[in-house]
Amino acid sequence: MRSQLSPWRLTGYALLQILLLPLTLVFVVLSIVAGALAVITVGIPLLLVTLPVLRWSADLHRRMAAATLGHPVPEDRLPTAGLGAMARIRTWAMDPMTWREVAWALVGVPVGFVLSLLTLVLLVVVVTGALWWYGAPQIMGARAGLDRWFLCKGRTERLEERVEVLTESRAASVDHAAAELRRIERDLHDGAQARLVALGMTLGMAEQSASTDPEATTRLLAEARETTTAALGDIRFVLRGIHPPVLADRGLVGAVQALALDMALPVTVTSELRGRLTEPLESAVYFAVAECLANVGKHAVASEAWIGLDETDDLLRVVVGDDGRGGASAAAGSGLRGVARRLSAFDGTMRVSSPTGGPTLITMEVPCASS
Amino acid sequence: MRVVVAEDNALLRDGMIRLLEAHDITVSTAVDNAVDLDHALRDTEADGAVLDVRMPPTHTDEGLRAALAVRSRRPGFPVLVLSQYVEQLYARELLASGEGAVGYLLKDRVANVGDFIDGVRRVVAGGTVIDPEVIAAIMSRRRQQPIDRLTPRERDVLGLMAEGRSNAAIAAQLHVTERAVTKHTNSIFTKLDLPVAADDNRRVLAVLAWLQVE
Repeated sequence: MRSQLSPWRLTGYALLQILLLPLTLVFVVLSIVAGALAVITVGIPLLLVTLPVLRWSADLHRRMAAATLGHPVPEDRLPTAGLGAMARIRTWAMDPMTWREVAWALVGVPVGFVLSLLTLVLLVVVVTGALWWYGAPQIMGARAGLDRWFLCKGRTERLEERVEVLTESRAASVDHAAAELRRIERDLHDGAQARLVALGMTLGMAEQSASTDPEATTRLLAEARETTTAALGDIRFVLRGIHPPVLADRGLVGAVQALALDMALPVTVTSELRGRLTEPLESAVYFAVAECLANVGKHAVASEAWIGLDETDDLLRVVVGDDGRGGASAAAGSGLRGVARRLSAFDGTMRVSSPTGGPTLITMEVPCASS
Repeated sequence: MRVVVAEDNALLRDGMIRLLEAHDITVSTAVDNAVDLDHALRDTEADGAVLDVRMPPTHTDEGLRAALAVRSRRPGFPVLVLSQYVEQLYARELLASGEGAVGYLLKDRVANVGDFIDGVRRVVAGGTVIDPEVIAAIMSRRRQQPIDRLTPRERDVLGLMAEGRSNAAIAAQLHVTERAVTKHTNSIFTKLDLPVAADDNRRVLAVLAWLQVE
């Protein structure tokens, strides 16, 4: 792995890496000690300081490796933003990347140190200048490869994780589809079908009384007409649940505006979407927004709500906010959990920020490519 | 009275023609797609149109688009839009396309022949006829003034006005005298700060104010 960077720049990296060695070693040892002491709580505050320093050093090495190799070295850590101290430590402990970083600090850093030192020595001992000029890109390329091997998940590991995520979201999608079909079947059976049976009976009665009692017949026919209206209402309700007509007519933005209008409180819709999205994605996002708005209506006690839709770099972002009392959570409300499940089929994510007293912000992000 | 009818389902189209003709409304042209509809609406003899929202070629909202287009070309051209489902969004667009002579009803309402024919006549005469389902949805909205100044009874009256009913019909529906209804409507006009004008025009303005389409 030969680096394309200049030997001067690479030697600069080598110097920095050499200087970082003592710090990294000290903090990995401290982190291990703190981790062990965390069992009796005294280690917790220590760990909150030492591990971020270790991570900082690892990130610095990642950046150098990425520049040296000419391609990204992602960190792939589990997100901890917004978590409390204990939750953060728990996430760190569960994150395989934390253990990779510890192994890197204990093994990768000392081994890499030899390579970095070699680069520096070749330059300092002037007579080996030519060797340095041609050797530095090779040696530092090896160092970067070593860091990457420790600090970045391998292809297999990535694929394994992806398979796990896909298996989960596929199972959720299948469950969801089956539940939807059951619901539609039940709605049609209890609604339109039952009404059509009643309609048949009413018409039968009207037929019998036609010649003998015109007055009763007229009454029965009026009743039959009302039943057809009710049956149509039922069918409309079911159809809306399958694929809302306004979504087909106007696309996501128009359909979301229609949803906003149907709310009992004022809802502002702002959109920076250009073009239409794919149909399945529009449908999923529409129902996600509908569910969020239903939650606002049911629980938030809000005086206003807002919906923002925008798209950057093929990532669709939808924010549903309200000025209500807060306290919404994806764990508590099965409605919001359903939203997350729906979006997971599209590799989408949902974040809920809802402190007590509000405001509530639900942010949904889904990869998309406008069609 | 001559109207254009647009409906892509042959069964419904024939039914509607039969229904209209039985009540002395001549169907000048009946079409089943948006392209033919565009031609039909250029017929200057027609007094109005009864349109289905969803039609070929795209089966989305071409009926509605045709209605908006013809009204921008011929302001105040009476249009009654029928649909299998109603959206407040569409009601607003129709109402915003000019004052009066507009109707938006669920197709189911055709079954109530008397009301339906009445609705067609009212729209052609310049009135506004909005489906009760849209009105119910608007009713459920918590909104700020000036509508908040209305008493619940006045809201009932305004709702029925939006459905396109006359004072006599409103009186019958609410089981009060026509005089009482007139009192309510006057009070509504005052509370909504509507300028003094012909009663029909004010009724339309009241409905528009209520739907907040300005």
